[in-house]
Amino acid sequence: METNSKSPVSNSQFLIPNSLITYTLHLADNALILGHRDSEWCGHGPVLEQDIAITNISLDLIGQARNFYQYAAQLTGENATEDTLAYLRDAREFKNCLLAELPNGDWAVTVLRQFFFSAYQYLLYQQLQHSSDTQLAAIAEKALKEVTYHLRWSSEWVIRLGDGTSQSHQRILNAIEDLWMFTGELFKPADYEMEATSKGFGVNVETLKKDWLQNVKTVFEEATLPVPDENAWMQTGGKTGRHTEHLGFILADMQFLQRTYPGCEW
Amino acid sequence: MIHIRKYYYGDFGESGSGETTTNNKKNIAPANNTTGHDWPLWEVFIRSKQGLDHKHMGSLHAADAQMAIENARDVYTRRMEGVSIWVVESQHIHASNPDEAESLYDPANDKAYRHPTFYDLPDEVKHM
Repeated sequence: METNSKSPVSNSQFLIPNSLITYTLHLADNALILGHRDSEWCGHGPVLEQDIAITNISLDLIGQARNFYQYAAQLTGENATEDTLAYLRDAREFKNCLLAELPNGDWAVTVLRQFFFSAYQYLLYQQLQHSSDTQLAAIAEKALKEVTYHLRWSSEWVIRLGDGTSQSHQRILNAIEDLWMFTGELFKPADYEMEATSKGFGVNVETLKKDWLQNVKTVFEEATLPVPDENAWMQTGGKTGRHTEHLGFILADMQFLQRTYPGCEW
Repeated sequence: MIHIRKYYYGDFGESGSGETTTNNKKNIAPANNTTGHDWPLWEVFIRSKQGLDHKHMGSLHAADAQMAIENARDVYTRRMEGVSIWVVESQHIHASNPDEAESLYDPANDKAYRHPTFYDLPDEVKHM
């Protein structure tokens, strides 16, 4: 495509990546895509107060994404900015986990997706704040406070729905059925994550799985929900750019303005 | 004849005009007769960094106290307003009757000696 040459970010940098850039983009993409999904609730929340709550979480995540993108842009050099990284990359270049891009579904799917992800992000940032890369460490330390709240908020919602009415219980059961197969990817490291771990600036996500499962078990027990088989077959691919069809629609929505009116400001 | 009756939050309209029609005898006024959903109403009190007391910020709906605190955090402390939150279900707040305002408040009008304006405060005394 000839339009690629106009992009300030050249593709080659993403095909032959510096693992620090790729790793930072992976962290940024996770936060941006889930933040974008959560933002779709704005104006549609089940009640005003929860509309504000989920939108706050969305803004927290997009704020984290900005910090990671700004750092990745600085590392990339040339004319890269946080905006070119967010708005001018195609789906195959995004490295977010599949879980982050799944549709909102009903409220049960949204809060369970948030719970699975926040429980993961909480453990991840706890380790990442000791990263040998001071910038990543600083971003993680700042974001950890936000994520601690996201985890608490989503845990309580899972308990409330699970231990609620027969309808809310059934809905969260359906959500578990839909989302469980996307949780395995969180703890299966991509090549750049393994390189990041061996170089000391990244987190070995495999080591987070035990604590994550324990957290899920504790919350599910209180929510009177069954814990699915941890060895069940799991979906993968998002971290290496092989996404569900949903990501394309997210990007079409999110990137439309910059793609149609390049450099547009208001 | 003095009419003795307990009044609750929500018995009086926003204006505080106290429309106490006699056929409006709710024994316990549920403050949750709002549209949309049936979560009860909660009053939110927030203490700011500089403040020594919790101040009434407004109200919101929540299913339980925990959710009320979190909703208050999300709705009322987004701009660094607070360091502490209290919530109380609105139906537990008893209210004075605006119709009795004359007998309740007017008698204090001409009692200037109750104001501590005749004392010199030492500099050491703070927060008066």
